[in-house]
Amino acid sequence: MSKDRADRLAITALGLSGLLTGALLTLIVGHVLARGLPVIDAAFLLTAPERMGRAGGIFPSVVGTLAVTALAVAIATPLGVMTAVYLAEYTREGFFVRLCRFATAALAGIPSIIFGLFGFVLFVIRLGLGWSVLSGGLTLAIMILPIIIRTAEEAIRAVPRSWREISYALGGTRWQTVTRVVLPGALPGVLTGVMLGVARSVGETAAVILTAGTTLRLPRSPLDPVRTMAVHFFILAREGISMDQAYGTAAVLILLILGVNFVAYWLLGRITARRG
Amino acid sequence: MSTPLRACLVLACLLPLAAACRPPVRGTVITVAGSTSVLPFVEYLAAEYMHLFPDVGVNVQGGGSSAGIQAVLTGAADLGMSSRPLGAAEAAELGALPIAWDAIAIIVHHTNPVTTLTLDQVRAVFSGTAGDWADVGGRQGRVTVVTREQGSGTRGAFEEMVMRGLDTTERALVQDSNGAVREIVAADPAAIGYLSLGLVDDRVRALTLDGRPPTVEAVLTGRYELVRPFLFVLGSSPRPEVEAFVEFVLGEQAQALLAQEGLIPAAAVRGGR
Amino acid sequence: MRDERPVEMLLGLVALSTTTALVLIAVFIFIEGVPVIARVGPAQFLLGRRWAPDAGSFGIFNMLAGTVWVTVGALCLGVPLGLACAIFLSEVAPRPLARMLKPALELLAAIPSVVYGFMGVVVLVPLVRTTLGGPGFSVLAASAVLAVMILPTITSITYDSLRAVPDSYREGSLALGAGRWQTIAMVLMPAARPGILAGVILGTGRALGETMAVLMVAGNALRAPTSPLDPVRTLTANIALEMGYAQGEHRQALLATGLVLFVVIMAANSVALALSSRRAGEGG
Repeated sequence: MSKDRADRLAITALGLSGLLTGALLTLIVGHVLARGLPVIDAAFLLTAPERMGRAGGIFPSVVGTLAVTALAVAIATPLGVMTAVYLAEYTREGFFVRLCRFATAALAGIPSIIFGLFGFVLFVIRLGLGWSVLSGGLTLAIMILPIIIRTAEEAIRAVPRSWREISYALGGTRWQTVTRVVLPGALPGVLTGVMLGVARSVGETAAVILTAGTTLRLPRSPLDPVRTMAVHFFILAREGISMDQAYGTAAVLILLILGVNFVAYWLLGRITARRG
Repeated sequence: MSTPLRACLVLACLLPLAAACRPPVRGTVITVAGSTSVLPFVEYLAAEYMHLFPDVGVNVQGGGSSAGIQAVLTGAADLGMSSRPLGAAEAAELGALPIAWDAIAIIVHHTNPVTTLTLDQVRAVFSGTAGDWADVGGRQGRVTVVTREQGSGTRGAFEEMVMRGLDTTERALVQDSNGAVREIVAADPAAIGYLSLGLVDDRVRALTLDGRPPTVEAVLTGRYELVRPFLFVLGSSPRPEVEAFVEFVLGEQAQALLAQEGLIPAAAVRGGR
Repeated sequence: MRDERPVEMLLGLVALSTTTALVLIAVFIFIEGVPVIARVGPAQFLLGRRWAPDAGSFGIFNMLAGTVWVTVGALCLGVPLGLACAIFLSEVAPRPLARMLKPALELLAAIPSVVYGFMGVVVLVPLVRTTLGGPGFSVLAASAVLAVMILPTITSITYDSLRAVPDSYREGSLALGAGRWQTIAMVLMPAARPGILAGVILGTGRALGETMAVLMVAGNALRAPTSPLDPVRTLTANIALEMGYAQGEHRQALLATGLVLFVVIMAANSVALALSSRRAGEGG
């Protein structure tokens, strides 16, 4: 086979696989939106389900999703940002940093069902929090911590060295430099990490079903169980309760996650643009 | 920039604490936990109940019959839902009250020519000794057996009443809810499964067993025998709010709703099996 | 100047949060899982073929085998496609197109796994049943769904490693008269190999650990599969399927299943991390 023919063949094959992947993404998202969008309206989002989700809206699971996600992000963000500050600004490479990095990467690789089991054993059973917003939020917080640490650290490292030097030259302490110069500069990147954490929390099922429960009711306190949208979709679709309702829920989920990701990448684009 | 940022951080730290400290409204909340077979019906009734009494919250949670019974023993739940009778040790500490009866239907795809089987044939199919539909008088083709997971009350009842000590074939697909079993059987012309009679719809056909059709009438007259109780499990001294809810569930209106959903009212089979 | 040591110590303490979490997870899974393994005997637990919690038999061999079947299947389908996509984006597609497609591909990773599982049930399972036979819920269906799910991981990491290969390699190879494909296959891929391997291992980790999508399409039969068309139960599906109902020893046995999964995945990820840090070492 001649060199040129091999090239043409290979490039065609590569192009086709790129096309196949693109088509898969479009088909999956397109199918869900095509079936789900007609179901969505204000009433769908804002009213309670009737007869176990066969009709009505998905309001309790919207609230449940927001509650669990907000709690997870509220816990993971300060921890993650402080960790990132420490790794990027306060230490040199050494055993401690290697340990932190290994733990962060290892945590990122642990499957959600393990987080679910852990959350179930620790929060639900041992700490007696039961299936609740609190148990679910705490479990998700641990799960999204690595995402937030990694993006925050990258963003902090992307802040130009000269900014710090100016701050020190003006007599600023390290803490002042971090809080008044570095963090504001890294804010878009930090927010990107938070957004990615939100997307991961919203789409999670395995960890949430074991820790937040499946109760389809508006939570009245953080100790109440909830059914998040992802879990609601799982139950509706799997048990064939209502395909329309399932597609509608899935479409809300996908729109929410795509939207959040879009914001995240837009923010990320702004940083890279500034850096480049 | 720094002050709002710091304020945000502090707020973010305090938020979960504040949330955790807010006392839950225990006095008006009833927690029900247990069997996922009973769950959809109780959730339905709970919604009705909360509609009638908006200041009462009823949390209905799955977990399975055993988990529900355990939760009542430890006080984690006010009421347990069980689709199996209490064990001797459990019965010593707890009370059980049938809130309805549920028939288990053996279902096949609606196009399957097989409409009736004997219990022995069902046993042969589920244990794998009859692996082809032709073995039980159907079209040739491998049977896809669908069963429930280990620990499920429905599976326990099915094994006790049908399998009688025989193991279910390891080839069987295993699903963790009535609905999931129905979805598979509804989609696969070669499938057979079992579920609550109330969940049978027109995409699947419930088989006649030993010449006895799976209908509410046949259950009431005692002809169709794959019937099990749906139980509420209560501690020794339930709170008045809990008793009020139990009373509502056993009342005329709620029982009519259950019958509408395909269950057999508690009183109809009283003293039965 | 203000004394900053307290701040530094506080931050250092917080930086241990992931380490603490990792240790806590390991400790709790071990505490809950080890007693059953000890009672049953590690060999019997790992190699036993009978899983009948009601009868007190806890052997997870068939599920280990099932996990291997499904993961290997996912890699066979997902790795070639993932590598091809990465090469396409990095070496073939015009830069602006690549810059647009890469985030789009990463969105694939953000779609909830239950949506993939559902699409598998609606599209893939009937397709397998009607065209290839068997119940449709199968190793093949599970592997195909997983292949799509690990695609972003493999593509994204391979893409980054290919981009990290200096342009001088490309120019040198082309100047020596090699074709584009020869350059890709004989120069770029070997240069990017540690990164690609790390991507594949991380993808493997994701496939090993995926739960809900597999639970929905694999059929969860207890028998070990003998063909790609057989239904199969993975370690993860076993946990999710039975956890809701499990009590006492049954629950502990499921946590022990989680323990086995945890150990396997930590091992896989450690290898991937070692590989990627070696790459970083070489680069610096």
